[in-house]
Parts: sequence; structure tokens; C-alpha cells
Amino acid sequence: MSGELAWILVSAMLVNNFTLVLFLGLCPFMGVSARVATALRMGAANIFVLVITSMSVWFLNTFVLQSAPFLRLISFIVVIASLVQIVEMAVKKFSPALFRELGIFLPLITTNCAILGLAIFQTNRGYGFLEGLSFAVGAGLGLTLALVLMASIRERTELSDVPGLARGMGLVLILAGSLSLAFMGFAGLFST
Amino acid sequence: MEPGADVGSAEPAPDTAPAGSRRSTTPSQDLLRGFWRENPVLVQLLGLCPALAVTNTVANSIAMGLATFFVLVGSSLFVSTLKRLIPAEVRISAYILIIATFVTIADLALAAVVPDIHKALGAFIALIVVNCMILGRQEAFASKRPVGRALLDAAGTGAGFMVALLIMGTVREVLGSGSILGRPLFGPGYEPWIVMILPPGGFLTLGFVLLGFGWWRERRDAETPRVRRWPHGVTARRAA
Repeated sequence: MSGELAWILVSAMLVNNFTLVLFLGLCPFMGVSARVATALRMGAANIFVLVITSMSVWFLNTFVLQSAPFLRLISFIVVIASLVQIVEMAVKKFSPALFRELGIFLPLITTNCAILGLAIFQTNRGYGFLEGLSFAVGAGLGLTLALVLMASIRERTELSDVPGLARGMGLVLILAGSLSLAFMGFAGLFST
Repeated sequence: MEPGADVGSAEPAPDTAPAGSRRSTTPSQDLLRGFWRENPVLVQLLGLCPALAVTNTVANSIAMGLATFFVLVGSSLFVSTLKRLIPAEVRISAYILIIATFVTIADLALAAVVPDIHKALGAFIALIVVNCMILGRQEAFASKRPVGRALLDAAGTGAGFMVALLIMGTVREVLGSGSILGRPLFGPGYEPWIVMILPPGGFLTLGFVLLGFGWWRERRDAETPRVRRWPHGVTARRAA
């Protein structure tokens, strides 16, 4: 059982990395990967929201959506939006310092496709509660890893001699392509 | 506009919505703006997830483009019609609900009509809900303008998205499988460039397409006469 959970975690983190292999959550990946410190904070916020999303999606799937499967998408997005709102209010009340740290990133997580993607994948694969949790943690760690790697590379390229044409998003995308190529190497990790 | 400045934001900054803030535009400008000058993928870098994830064949690109076009036009129609009834405080949630309804329709329709492609696109049909391009058009345009203009804007932006997806899909399928719409192009001697249909190919293709557009724009700017440039006008006025 625990071996299974570890497999799910490592698979979501490396082999099927949400950002670099499945193309989920690209907006924050391009938007906030300019500094390592912000990338780390964004990653932490993402892990947190992914975990609570996974728990509530399990609850919805088990107790509510059996009778009305066509409402799946609408109920997922409503639950995610309200959860993020509640978390934001709670953090603001109990830890204003952390709230300021996270800033605009927290509300923006609602429209991060990694969160809804996790909800949909978890449902399609029929994960239980613990499997869903380890999937969420793995996906969050994978997102953080990709963000931090990208931010470190971008900090380095800032001072290097890049042709004027390639400066900006073209360069970022090609860098992401090389990172993604590197992650393809993990595909051989589980050859079963 | 600085590319990527607005990427990832649920509430687009006012400066990304020139139509809402600047003086009025003509209907044809509303239609063409999203298609070319403010192309969502190639210029604004919005909606990148589907643009990279499902463009490994031309057929998938077309299906994704049509589905997104339908959702964008449908939700623009509803948002623009209901704009006086939606309270400002809950507008984002209301837009998301409207978008999610249309995505559910598109999802079920694709599953019924083209089950193979629906399977290939997988979760990305459902993920149209969180495509920042669609929410961006509702917030920046449809919620402020009359229904007809909102439909024109949605059609233009949706078509622009489709064209960007087609460019990506064509490049990736031709290079990665040596075929177009499943028909072989180069004969049996062609060794397919597999990486182009795998995830890294998506990033690399869009990166090089952006570089190509940047190069083209630089060439074009170099050719236009300098008289029309703003700094020249300033110096001329100062000299006068």
C-alpha cells in the first residue's frame, strides 16, 4: 500500500511532471518564474491548495456526484474558487504576515489549470483518499521543482549575452523546452 | 504591450484592455484585433496550456480550436447580455459559471460526435474552463460592451486562437510524424522527428514561432519610414 502511494507521488512529481510534461499551470510558470524566492513561495502556496482540493474533490466524488455526473466540472470549479477564497480569508485573519508574503498569488491560484487538472485526473483515475493526497503532494512538489529550476535558469540568463531578438518569452519557452527534454529522461524510471 | 505581463492573472490589468478604456472602435476593428494584432497565443501568451498540450496533430488542434471558439462566443453572448444583472462583487465567479456551462456542453458534444478526438484531448477539454484568454475577454470586453460588439470580439479572438493552434499543429505534425491530417507527406524514407510530437516539442515550437514573429516584426519596423515614429515628431516640434 505504502509502495503504491510512493509510486503515485514520484510519478506525479517527476515522470508526469504537471508543468513540463503535462502542460498544466503554465501561466504561473511563465509569469512568476523570474526570481527563485517568489518561485518557492508560489510553489508552497500551490502545494497547500492542491492538497485541500484533493481532499474536497474526494468528498464530492464520494458523496455528491454519484447522482449527477454532468455537474462535475461546474461543482469542481465552484468548490475550488470558494476554497481558495476561504483559505485567503483564514490566512488573512490568523497570519497577516504570511498573507502579505503570498500577496496576489493566492487568489490567482483559482485559475491555475494545475488545480482543476488535478481534480479531473484524480476523478478519472479513481483515486481514493490517501492516493489522492499523495498525488496532490507529488504534483505540488513537481510544480515547485519546475518553478525553482526555471527561476534559477532565468536569473542566470539575465546577465548573459542573449541576442536582442530572443530576449523575453521566446527564450523562456526554448529554455522550458530544454528542461522538458531533461524531464523526458525520467520516463524510463518505472519500466514495468 | 509587453508579452507575458498579464500572464496568469485572473483579473486582467486595465492596460491590457485597450478597447474598454480607449475611445470607441469600429466593428471591423473589434473583429480583427483579436485575430492578428492582439492574437491571444502569439502576442499575449494567454491560453498556453491547451496551445502546447494538444497541438501534436492537426486534427486535435482543429477540434480544440473549434471547442474554444464555441465556448468563447457562447460565454461572451451570455456575459454581455447579462452584464447589468451580474453584481460587480461576484462577477468573476459568475463568468466562471457561465464558461463552465458552455464547456460542459462542448465536452458532451465532442464525446458524442468525435469520440476518438475527445479521448485524445482528454482532460484538456474540461480545462478550457480555466483558459485565461476566455476569462480575460469577458472581463476586458464582453462585460462592458453591447452584445453585437462582444460577439465580434469573441469571434475574432477565437479565430486568432484557432489560427495559432493550427500553426503549431501543422509544424509539429509535419516535423514530428511526417504527415498532415494523418496523410504521409514525405514517403517512407522520412525519419520522423519524434521529439516534436512529445511535450518538449510544444515548448520548442512555440519558442521558435515567437522568435520568427519577432524577427518579422523587426524587419517590418526597419522598412517603415522613420518620419512616422514618435520621437521624431517630438524633436521636430521642439525644434520648431
